[in-house]
Amino acid sequence: MVTDTHPTLPEFDYFRPESLQEASAFLAQHAGEARPFLGGTDLFVRMRDGALVPRYLVDVKHLEGTDELRFDPQHGLTIGAAVCMNRVIASPEVRRVYPLLAEACRSVASHQLRTRATVVGNVCNASPAGDTIGACLALDGVLNVHGTGGPRQEPLSAFFLGPGKTKLQPGDIVTSIHFPLPPLGCAGTYLKLGRNRLSDLSIVAVTVLAAPDPGLPSGCRFRIVLASVAPVPLVAAQAEEYLANRPVTSDSIAEAARLAGAACKPIDDIRGSARYRKSMVKNLTEKALTAVWNQLHP
Amino acid sequence: MSFHEIQITVNGVHERVSVKSNQTLMLLLRETLALTGTKNGCSAGECGACTVLLNGEAVNSCMVLAAECDGAEVITVEGLAGDPLQDAIIRHGGVQCGFCTPGVLISARALLNRNPNPNDEEIKEALVGNLCRCTGYVRIIEAVKEAARLQV
Ligand SMILES: Cc1cc2nc3c(=O)[nH]c(=O)nc-3n(C[C@H](O)[C@H](O)[C@H](O)COP(=O)(O)OP(=O)(O)OC[C@H]3O[C@@H](n4cnc5c(N)ncnc54)[C@H](O)[C@@H]3O)c2cc1C
Ligand code: FES
Ligand code: FES
Repeated sequence: MVTDTHPTLPEFDYFRPESLQEASAFLAQHAGEARPFLGGTDLFVRMRDGALVPRYLVDVKHLEGTDELRFDPQHGLTIGAAVCMNRVIASPEVRRVYPLLAEACRSVASHQLRTRATVVGNVCNASPAGDTIGACLALDGVLNVHGTGGPRQEPLSAFFLGPGKTKLQPGDIVTSIHFPLPPLGCAGTYLKLGRNRLSDLSIVAVTVLAAPDPGLPSGCRFRIVLASVAPVPLVAAQAEEYLANRPVTSDSIAEAARLAGAACKPIDDIRGSARYRKSMVKNLTEKALTAVWNQLHP
Repeated sequence: MSFHEIQITVNGVHERVSVKSNQTLMLLLRETLALTGTKNGCSAGECGACTVLLNGEAVNSCMVLAAECDGAEVITVEGLAGDPLQDAIIRHGGVQCGFCTPGVLISARALLNRNPNPNDEEIKEALVGNLCRCTGYVRIIEAVKEAARLQV
């Protein structure tokens, strides 16, 4: 058997619509055979593998609102769909107000890939391993979507339905992702376990964001999101609730980490076994919770 | 499959070409414009041998469609002739088989353009996407540091 190690892209038509209306209409009319694309860093890999054979690629970069990266101290941050990860990392406002997001972007692939790869593409691809999804969920991201019925919003909390499956319908184009202001005094971290230190998909990864909350018995609200351990990016709700309801100690952190490990449903694959993943989720969660707690109480 | 008329400036030379939808920037450079300095290592965004500057930013040219490059400015390794990086990488023995070298030089140029005085960690991070099977990277990093020194 001859394996083509340098496969070219299969044939398709490249289409660059002039407006969101035109793009949505075209995508809806060609449901199942046309796909929106941004950086193409997920799409081209799957097309070369033969896993995906779209008849049309619809370039949605340059459409209205997709190029903006805007921070407003009253309302928060908007990242246009076409804004690449390097631009997010370089933004002084993102570094200052949403450092967790910059940290997550920095863990993706290589510099030259991040010139193309986008946060919105990472989210729309809906891989349980998507490195920026944990930060986007923990920061309460909301997608601005343009569909055949006009614009609407989709909160990320209910967006993911399965690997590669989302709430998006044919004709839908995500134009940007919006984040409200993060909770006052928050701290966060992203711990990614890969086969090498940089530039590979995660074996497992843990996002933790925490902020003081005097209304809670613990005085602190933790958000915990797990990657690569379930069909969708997994919010460890039980562990979050457990931590909220008692004083934060090394024991309660250890128990919350155990709950996070118990909540996940990983699979065996080339990156690691399910058993290994489960125990690493527990260890990384404990490490991340402790690190963030210490950041809040130096 | 449709064709697209594009205008593109490569290493300062203005080109007007007709490209197929599925043609990548890498194949446009190598096969249409005969600029074979840009290498095809994996066609998957992994190895970095195809790295070029697209509008000043390093990209994997195997992951960009030529049709997207209408009006773009591209610099390939051929466009780096005379760059102090070239001399430095030869002097430090940062080239063995040479297959990774065009991509390494482009990534290093992009780094020095955005950060003229990088430390070791920043150099390593900028070259994460450029795999080299020969040198063990140390000499490449030394070369980038020297080019940075010569540049200021
Ligand atoms: C070598 C390599 C290394 C990688 N390493 C990592 C890594 O470490 N971590 C990681 O998380 N990912 C990694 N990836 C995957 C990929 O780079 C990221 O998921 C990236 O964020 C995808 O963004 P994109 O803009 O390229 O998306 P695209 O490929 O353009 O699109 C992704 C998906 O979203 C859909 N889509 C795109 N735009 C829209 C829109 N506006 N509205 C609705 N749907 C849309 C597309 O149809 C497609 O299904 C890697 C990929 C490669 C090739
Ligand atoms: S050939 Fe483009 S990254 Fe390997
Ligand atoms: S010199 Fe041979 S791959 Fe780098």
